[in-house]
Amino acid sequence: MKKSEIDKVATLARLRVSPAEADEVTARIGEILAMIDQMQAVDTTGVEPLAHPLDAVQRLRADEVTEADRRDELLALAPSNRNGLFVVPKVIDP
Amino acid sequence: MEWEAVIGLEVHVQLSTRSKLFSGTSTAFGAGPNTQANIYDLAMPGTLPVLNGEALRMAVRFGLAIDAEIGRHSIFDRKNYFYPDLPKGYQTSQLDYPVVGRGSIVINLEDGTEKRIGVTRAHMEEDAGKSLHEAFADETGIDLNRAGTPLLEIVSDPDLRSAKEAVAYLKKLHSIVRYLDISDGDMSQGSMRCDANVSIRRPGADLGTRTEIKNVNSFRFVEKAINFEIRRQQDVLEDGGKIVQETRLYDSVRDETRPMRGKEVANDYRYFPEPDLLPVEIGEDLIKQIRSELPELPDARKRRFAAEYGLSAYDAGVLTASREMADYFEQVAQGCGDAKLAANWVSVELQALLNRENLDIADSPVSAGNLADLILRIRDRTISGKIAKTVFEQLAEGPQGVDEIIEKQGLRQVTDEGEIEKLVDRVIAENAAQAQQFRDGKQQVLGYLVGQAMKLSRGKANPAQVNELLRDKLQS
Repeated sequence: MKKSEIDKVATLARLRVSPAEADEVTARIGEILAMIDQMQAVDTTGVEPLAHPLDAVQRLRADEVTEADRRDELLALAPSNRNGLFVVPKVIDP
Repeated sequence: MEWEAVIGLEVHVQLSTRSKLFSGTSTAFGAGPNTQANIYDLAMPGTLPVLNGEALRMAVRFGLAIDAEIGRHSIFDRKNYFYPDLPKGYQTSQLDYPVVGRGSIVINLEDGTEKRIGVTRAHMEEDAGKSLHEAFADETGIDLNRAGTPLLEIVSDPDLRSAKEAVAYLKKLHSIVRYLDISDGDMSQGSMRCDANVSIRRPGADLGTRTEIKNVNSFRFVEKAINFEIRRQQDVLEDGGKIVQETRLYDSVRDETRPMRGKEVANDYRYFPEPDLLPVEIGEDLIKQIRSELPELPDARKRRFAAEYGLSAYDAGVLTASREMADYFEQVAQGCGDAKLAANWVSVELQALLNRENLDIADSPVSAGNLADLILRIRDRTISGKIAKTVFEQLAEGPQGVDEIIEKQGLRQVTDEGEIEKLVDRVIAENAAQAQQFRDGKQQVLGYLVGQAMKLSRGKANPAQVNELLRDKLQS
């Protein structure tokens, strides 16, 4: 994997990879990808794709409102809030 | 040489459940900011999603209504991106195993023809919150009430060939979700949002490069945005340029589309199966039950209106476009016993009134019961069709009933032979020249004489009787 690809993945994941770490991270991700290649090589003809390892199905919830308004308590957990809104640095796009 | 437009729509429909897709938080409209955002919606550590069964049933209901395959084994996936109004850092959506698979929708075009449009798929996902960029000078306010609201994203095949077809598809979709009662479909409130994929090509050629127009929020703007984009692409290609695959925003004030900024890396969502949700199994029993509860849908109702009430395909189409309109019409038709008159009054006079007052039929100032009474009074000849329009206007303005208006204002039609004869004699005497012209064979003068008699009676004489009696007297 090229360093430019590492940069792109880091940007998408909002992770900062310092130049000092870059070589090590590149090498480790390369190893993980090699392992994935090895897994991809297994012949899976006739095997159903598996989305979840548990042999169970999703339980459904009744369409009922069970949560009360806890705005004040929850807003207080954020670094900044005003007029009932969470406040974040200016978002430009779009 | 001609260009052909190729259009596909992605429509997000907000499902009208009481609670969110994965949490028991209310989805009621108009609540104060963040009063409907709880620990799961805020992505607090340790919270887990539980799927809303009603949202699932609504999605299946839609699938059955468009004759789609239902995904018996449906999987949720995480679509990863960072934005402040998405607290989890991913949107829970569906990628490879949506609830609704391939189906189709028949659209009705302006020339009266129909066209079948393929639906690629429809999947369930949760909505994001709202970023309020204008709330503060140097900061952005975040309201997470909408975060987690259930959406059904309906993806069409690229089968649409013009902006008008796209609007016809959107209108049919709107009609279907309203009939199914799974969404209010209100575009102005964002309950139905539309993204359009547009490309052009020479007829018969391979598909051209497409652009995606985001979030267009009315039927009219969908048409304008697509038309603008088709013209823009023609200009680029005819000048020897190339279309860049990009996302564009429609600006309704300037009536143009323009590229969105900063999207160069954003379209890499790194989907993977949502580990917090198990596969959803949709059994035969559930499908059977939902199918048995499906209401009569617009196309079926249109066919029934044509067969049962003898309406033209056009009238039947107009009257079944919305469930409320169709219900209203049926009440009037059954109340007055004359479907054709009812169709006329609902699609002409009532529609004009609603357009003028900018009202939905649900808020019609004239009730279906009152309109049925009015038509009954035309049928039993208490009033003429012309006077009925006056009564109709007054029904719209106040609480009075039909008979009350007719009696209080003395609008009862004159059908008494003796009185009409007096009128006719007077008209013949006062218009001797015209009467002679008629006797000399100038048939069209009769209309003028009938008009004079109606004027004398201030519109209350029965026109058919006036006509008949005038003819008798002049020919004898």
